[in-house]
Amino acid sequence: MFHLKNVQFKNILNINELAIEAGKITCIVGESGSGKTTLLKLFNHLINFEQGQINYRGEDLKKLDAIALRREVILVPQTPVIFPGTVRDNLQIGLLFSKKEPAADERLLEEIHGLGLYKQLDDQTDTFSGGEKQRLALARVLLMDPEVLLLDEPTSALDDNTVDIVMDRILDYIKSRQKTLIMVTHSKQLAQVAGEINITLDKGSVLSIEEVA
Amino acid sequence: MNGIVEIGPWRLLSAYVFLIILLLLVNRQGIGKEKEIFISALRMTVQLIAVGYILVYIFEQKHVAITLLVLLVMQFFAVRNIYDRVKVPIKKKLRHVIILSMVAGTGVTIFYFLVLVINIDPWYEPRYFIPIAGMIIGNSMTGISLGVERLIGEMKSKKEQIEGALMLGATPRDATAMIVKDTFTAAIMPAINTMVGMGIVFLPGMMTGQILAGLSPLIAIEYQIAIMLSIIGSVTITVFILTRLGYIVFFNRWSQLEENQHDR
Repeated sequence: MFHLKNVQFKNILNINELAIEAGKITCIVGESGSGKTTLLKLFNHLINFEQGQINYRGEDLKKLDAIALRREVILVPQTPVIFPGTVRDNLQIGLLFSKKEPAADERLLEEIHGLGLYKQLDDQTDTFSGGEKQRLALARVLLMDPEVLLLDEPTSALDDNTVDIVMDRILDYIKSRQKTLIMVTHSKQLAQVAGEINITLDKGSVLSIEEVA
Repeated sequence: MNGIVEIGPWRLLSAYVFLIILLLLVNRQGIGKEKEIFISALRMTVQLIAVGYILVYIFEQKHVAITLLVLLVMQFFAVRNIYDRVKVPIKKKLRHVIILSMVAGTGVTIFYFLVLVINIDPWYEPRYFIPIAGMIIGNSMTGISLGVERLIGEMKSKKEQIEGALMLGATPRDATAMIVKDTFTAAIMPAINTMVGMGIVFLPGMMTGQILAGLSPLIAIEYQIAIMLSIIGSVTITVFILTRLGYIVFFNRWSQLEENQHDR
């Protein structure tokens, strides 16, 4: 799905070679400052690398339409961006941005309930906790039916019980629809449970690639 | 020019009493701005005397090239004034957008006003062209200055929200739609508020001048209404062009925020 060769980004990333397989769950682990988040932003083409080449489905990332790519390869950042307005506004905005048809209210509710978020669609979002915002942002992206889901610490603001609900929903989405998941996590435990391939980064380079049996 | 009372040099000099009062008061309170006040008053006097003679010359020539040259000079100083007024650095590409907005927005309005509204002949009659162009350019300059400052500020303060939208596949236009809307509103509001107080809180300068020159207030208000509407038109067009083209300079060809390159 993604193939990186000699990719350099400032003094943050320096990757000789790395391949991310389609239809798999890849976890990226490593100390903070090892370049995990930067790598996700490169996949979403939100930032540019200075050297090397990244291919997406065999094509040079720099030659692809960045907007079309981001509608297919969607990033959910660690600190989710919540737009002014209601729950409904925040869920529909992803579909709106990517020029897709708006979803029916039942579909919106189904998606947030699936992530254990029991809110009304007309609720304002400014008083939401970090965990609620994280799940709202996730629901927004799942509604967009992404080919590749890029998650940056998707469970960092959640309690243990909610982590299970959220991860079950994400893994169900990926597996049932044969999508690709690339997830950054500091939790080795989560990587062991969820990941099919675990990549460890250290100071911007690939330290190890491990296939989980 | 019927019935105008000429002030004359001696009585004009007597008006400087007000400046002397100001200087004395400032001096007594130890504010220490005497030099600045003196230089400002001196500049005002010299600049106005100079412009008076220049205008007399230009009005006598009535030449299309001279009128257009004056327009060019006004545009040049207006654009420079915008660069100076905005307290944050302006990208080169945004500077080009500012020039384009000013020239296109004010140009269209000035010619519309002179040719269609006042219907003067010839259209470059400097007695009409220059003061009217000055009012339209001056007001548009204020609008654009506000707009540029707002646009740059919002693009910076709402960076996360813009990026959040880009991540979801938004076009730069969609990602900045709210900012563009806010900028537009903020930039045109002062011109709109001016309309509200007009005639009650103050008599506009042009109208006052025409009345003092002996013109019937009823004719003066015709001009004032027309010029006010033209100012609104010009501010609207210039700020619209600014916002429509201005946001684009913040993105590169991969629809990434340009300042984003230092991000971690």
